[in-house]
Amino acid sequence: MTTEILLAGFGGQGVLFAGKILAYCGLMDGKELSWLPSYGPEMRGGTANCSVCISDKPIGSPLVLEPDILIAMNQPSFDKFVNSVKSGGKIFIDSTLIESKCERKDVEAYYIPSSQLADENGLKGGSNMILLGKLIKETGLFSKETVKKAVEKAVPPTKAKLIENNIKAIGIGMEN
Amino acid sequence: MERNLMKGNEALAEAAIRAGCKCFFGYPITPQTELSAYMSKRMHKAGGVFLQAESEISAINMVLGASSTGVRAMTSSSSPGISLKSEGISYLAGSDLPAVIINVQRGGPGLGGIQPSQADYWQATKALGHGDFHLLVFAPASVQEMVDMVVKAFDSADKYRMPAMILADGLLGQMMEPVSFPEINADVHDKSSWAANGHGNKRNHHIINSLYLKPDELENSVTDRFARYELIKENETDAELYLTDDCDILLCAYGATARVVKSAVNSAREVGIKAGMFRPKTLWPFPVKELNKACASAKCLLDVEMSMGQMIDDIKLAINCSKPVHFFGRTGGVIPTPAEILGEIKKIGGAV
Amino acid sequence: MAVVFERPKSLIDVATHYCPGCTHGIVHRLVCEVIDEMGIEGDTIGICPVGCSVMAYDYFGCDMIEAPHGRAPAVATGVKRTNPDKFVFTYQGDGDLAAIGTAETVHVAARGENIVIIFINNTIYGMTGGQMAPTTIPGQVTQTTPYGRDPELAGYPVRVCEMLATLTGTALAQRVSVDTVPHIRETKKAIRKAFENQKEKRGLSIVEVLSTCPTNWGMSPTEAIKRLQDEMIPYYPLGVYKDVTAEGGNK
Repeated sequence: MTTEILLAGFGGQGVLFAGKILAYCGLMDGKELSWLPSYGPEMRGGTANCSVCISDKPIGSPLVLEPDILIAMNQPSFDKFVNSVKSGGKIFIDSTLIESKCERKDVEAYYIPSSQLADENGLKGGSNMILLGKLIKETGLFSKETVKKAVEKAVPPTKAKLIENNIKAIGIGMEN
Repeated sequence: MERNLMKGNEALAEAAIRAGCKCFFGYPITPQTELSAYMSKRMHKAGGVFLQAESEISAINMVLGASSTGVRAMTSSSSPGISLKSEGISYLAGSDLPAVIINVQRGGPGLGGIQPSQADYWQATKALGHGDFHLLVFAPASVQEMVDMVVKAFDSADKYRMPAMILADGLLGQMMEPVSFPEINADVHDKSSWAANGHGNKRNHHIINSLYLKPDELENSVTDRFARYELIKENETDAELYLTDDCDILLCAYGATARVVKSAVNSAREVGIKAGMFRPKTLWPFPVKELNKACASAKCLLDVEMSMGQMIDDIKLAINCSKPVHFFGRTGGVIPTPAEILGEIKKIGGAV
Repeated sequence: MAVVFERPKSLIDVATHYCPGCTHGIVHRLVCEVIDEMGIEGDTIGICPVGCSVMAYDYFGCDMIEAPHGRAPAVATGVKRTNPDKFVFTYQGDGDLAAIGTAETVHVAARGENIVIIFINNTIYGMTGGQMAPTTIPGQVTQTTPYGRDPELAGYPVRVCEMLATLTGTALAQRVSVDTVPHIRETKKAIRKAFENQKEKRGLSIVEVLSTCPTNWGMSPTEAIKRLQDEMIPYYPLGVYKDVTAEGGNK
């Protein structure tokens, strides 16, 4: 089975990094996986998104057009991708920045005030990891241990504080 | 073997260094920039040379200079930059110099776009510069193949004393996949019979040159090279054949497109259509034998490319137009979807 | 009998293809004398341009590479960066160096690439039959300026040494001439200094040699020398435009 995940938001919100953590989770669990960023001028201040595929089989196209899981970190991304999610899919929404509600009945929408939670916990820029924590909890895609290992692999050991903060933010997401 | 998570561009750079590439000359262009950036970090530590040139033209000529002295040299770019390099590539070919050139293709013509494309197939396989010559052209379809093929490209370039190209695209360059670096035992070729690295008063002077003012001399140099090309056509073709033994319809695709096509072939099989896939890993030489084997049972072929149809010419030639060859392509940076391709398979499959 | 004059060892004993009265031969000889005196033939790699000296690889005894038009400085960069202990020189004409290869020329100097450029300025494209060069003097008649170079139409010449002297990476920018014996001696001294600079890793050295092209100027060799003296030297003043080894570093 292949799980296709799309993460979207503003450049600078850590969309690509969150995708990278998912990719590393796949690597840690010995899965097949791919990570594909949007690239080009839209990365600078515009919208950024990235496609992550996790599978037991080799990945065909790494481009996710109809995700099983969507993380939406801003309004334009939500508007753009909400209808592309597969029926039965899951959407994780930063409800601090996105006011809309998902009107589709065939998908599961989770509203997490992740930006606000990040600020309250002194985790500036941690909204992406909070959403990721929620995703892990609701999908059971990876174990908590795997995620921890993934963060440690993705962040260089010289940035120990960053590892700690990311793991903390994921923990907050998992509790919400 | 340890699996690493790397972008195609970075994995390719790392593999080149491990394959004994001693210098890299580049110029920034999307979507291959990570390759240069990686080289700038790693090359110096690896005891090699990284230099950002003032232009693509200079970069390829720096490669020409380094290669003339017998050193493994590489440059990389994306489509518009490759056009600029074509002058130097022709000189490399005419001077019988090995070199590795990476094209992480984007949409064209002109400045085109920056999204993945395969519109440089003709350029790579038919006309990468003026004159009678070919390049070895490798077409990876995964980050792992970016690694494996760059090693092969260096070895083959040295073996046959000719430039080799990795024809990748923005998708392969930008994506991350698990990749492992096998123990690389790069071939060592003795270049002392031709390299211009200072004769040390121990031998006659060496001349690296592509100028022959007498027509018969130039003709001889070209026909010698073409005799070598025949050997290469005989020995160096490579292709992946997927579910071809009993296929009714054979899909043909290379590079990133082949990944999408494979998904479509699997879906077609699930609905009872006997589809198979032929994926050339070498575009020049084109795997003629392999294609004929792959399409033995097929009633028709469907070529899929991220272009308006370029490889299709080689497919028709390879099978001598003995079967219908259909085409489906997206261009300008649009990546075809498995669903679109399945639709085409069904359309044609119905007519078989 | 004492030998008072002989061919430099690194100059190959063959007849050249240059026209009678052309000064390429003198400059080839001077470069080879310097190579011999420094004992570096075996450690030197020369880069030929496209232009009249395209086949100089048949005359210089060191290893030689023939570059695409204008790209000799880039080729030289590739050679030097991978062989930093070898001597590398390019030998280029005005069209090659100052028109099609301007970017390569400027940037090899900007990088302070540790090589020598021998630049032959004869104000014309010789090999293709006498077209306007980037150094063609206003009023000069060429095949493509049949009424004389008109700056309104064709712009102004490039003074290469003056331009490169502004760049930090340039160690030596000197314009010399081969019209008289004293000037020829001066030229040799400049070439020697350029190669010494390379030995000491001082950066880019360019020696611009004002030369003649009797064939395409439509003159006898002696008339050509006279034109060099009367028209070229006033427009392209001889001298050292930059020398990092001089008192104060600069002229």
